Amino acid sequence: MSRLTQKVPPSPAARDLRVLIVDRTAARSHALREALEREGYVALIPPPGRCDLLRCVRELEPDVIIVDMDSPDRDIVEDSRRVFLEDPRPIVMFVDESDSASIRAAVDAGVASYVVKGASPERVRPVVEVALARFRAFQSLKSELDDARNSLAERKLVERAKGLLMERRSCSEDEAYRMLRRMAMSRGQRLAEVARNVIEMATLL
Amino acid sequence: MLTIRSAGWEAPQEDLEKSSLRLGFVPLLDAAPLVVAKERGFFRRHGLDVELSRERSWANVRDNLEAGRLDAAQMLAPMTLAATLGAGARAVPMVTALSLGLNGNAITVSRSLLGRMQEIDPPAMRRSPVPARALKAVLDEDRRRGRPPLAFAVVYPFSAHNYELRYWLATGGVDPDRDLEIRTVPPSAMVEALADGTIDGYCVGEPWGAYAAHSACGHTIVRTYDVWNNAPEKVLGVTRAWAERHPCTHRAMVRALIEAARWIDRPENRLETLHVIAGESFVDAPVEVLERALARAPSADGDAAVAAGTFYRGAATFPWRSHAIWFLTQMLRWGQIDAPVDFAAVSAAVYRCEIYREAAEPLGVPVPLVDSKDEGVHDAPWLLGEATSPIAMGPDAFLDRRTFDPNEPLRYLAAFAATRAIAPLRTPR
Repeated sequence: MSRLTQKVPPSPAARDLRVLIVDRTAARSHALREALEREGYVALIPPPGRCDLLRCVRELEPDVIIVDMDSPDRDIVEDSRRVFLEDPRPIVMFVDESDSASIRAAVDAGVASYVVKGASPERVRPVVEVALARFRAFQSLKSELDDARNSLAERKLVERAKGLLMERRSCSEDEAYRMLRRMAMSRGQRLAEVARNVIEMATLL
Repeated sequence: MLTIRSAGWEAPQEDLEKSSLRLGFVPLLDAAPLVVAKERGFFRRHGLDVELSRERSWANVRDNLEAGRLDAAQMLAPMTLAATLGAGARAVPMVTALSLGLNGNAITVSRSLLGRMQEIDPPAMRRSPVPARALKAVLDEDRRRGRPPLAFAVVYPFSAHNYELRYWLATGGVDPDRDLEIRTVPPSAMVEALADGTIDGYCVGEPWGAYAAHSACGHTIVRTYDVWNNAPEKVLGVTRAWAERHPCTHRAMVRALIEAARWIDRPENRLETLHVIAGESFVDAPVEVLERALARAPSADGDAAVAAGTFYRGAATFPWRSHAIWFLTQMLRWGQIDAPVDFAAVSAAVYRCEIYREAAEPLGVPVPLVDSKDEGVHDAPWLLGEATSPIAMGPDAFLDRRTFDPNEPLRYLAAFAATRAIAPLRTPR
């Protein structure tokens, strides 16, 4: 249990973090909200009764989501990651005490962070901190890998699209690049995606 | 040989690495092989003591497999591939050696959407399956009037439901991402979400389509059988690490489930299957809803009049690699994976036909000798000759009569107009 109880100093940035609590056990989620608010978090609970959880996630824009592992809502929370595709959020899970042995294995494997149900709300803060820290470390590693993998292929696409635009619109390289960027922004697409479309269109015409 | 394989036959027990197993299932009709294998003693016969664990979400199934809380589980077939690739979540290499059946999904819309579609395009609504063009007309009207787009739901983004729904929409000229919203809703919450207007339609496995009809809040307009005949649905998933440590247990488990699936597919066992899975601890839906669900599912030979789901017939338990490759094309098509995929390597690493063959061998049942087949080429029942003995197969046609050659996935993908592929469409070398 040491991992779950170890003290982590709150980072200054953690002060205004927004934590969404998805847990149908009202008493537990309210106790948790109080504990988190005492620590300076902004704790959010979806309205009681049935609610549109995806809309909640969208509108509340939490930095961390805590979800009851036994809730069918978990798949919605997982899917809500699409809302923050470019900027995914860590998810902390509530689990049963009886599962703690196997859950520790999962935590060690870095699958996710877990809060054991019934743990005192004060214990939750360090878990949220650890979850955030691990998540950020994992994301930066992942994005470095992604960048390395994608950048070469994508740069080639963008170069080719630029070349095509310069040739067909007889414009400068800078202008061609700006054109691509404008298209990307207006369509909400990535630059490489737009570049690919330009190349595809050009080969069709 | 026949006398040895009669009812009293006991399978020779391999040296099982593990005999006490915990298997995860989600309360859906296609959990039937797992439930029946336990309740009717097929697991026991192969030396396995199985505890079934009802799982609340698909994400939990995956995480519990990785954490070792489950040995194996019923999984959405595309999930095994997505988990292996690390699409949508952390990479957890998965393996499957058994398909849990074919067909069984349906697209259901709310009463009010049904009314609008009937009003706007009556001829389309008289056709079967209903073309998505009727829905497109409704969506176009909404856009003209500045109304928010409609929302459809699936149970999980990496699911046959999602791809079948999208295939139907795109074939009718609807862009599944721009013209409407597709979101995730747990199966047990679907009917309620449809009733209270949170969603306008869904694509889900039985019995939840039949349940909406039963509770009169929705109307099924398309059986996904008509989108892709005898489409794969769920599989038995294990982690690759587990499969490597427990080869004999894995085979014994697959063997017991092939037997269970064969037992379920016999007409005389239908009713008992229904009562077993309708129990409180399995699928808590009334028997009459389950009956209705089974009656809606077509049989492998395409005869919709036969009230039967497809658990065994037509090589329904075989993990076809062509199914895996088709799912990968759909993940690319809809932008769920953003890196090039080595189709052959990934499908061969996840869909383990050879384990299936080893597991099935002592049962003496006919087994396909090929790992892949062309999809969409049969619009009528046909005979698979490349098998230990010929297997009567059901049709495998797609809604738009396209064909799919698993050796040419990129050519297949390139032919679709509606595609959100963001990965370079090439196979890495």
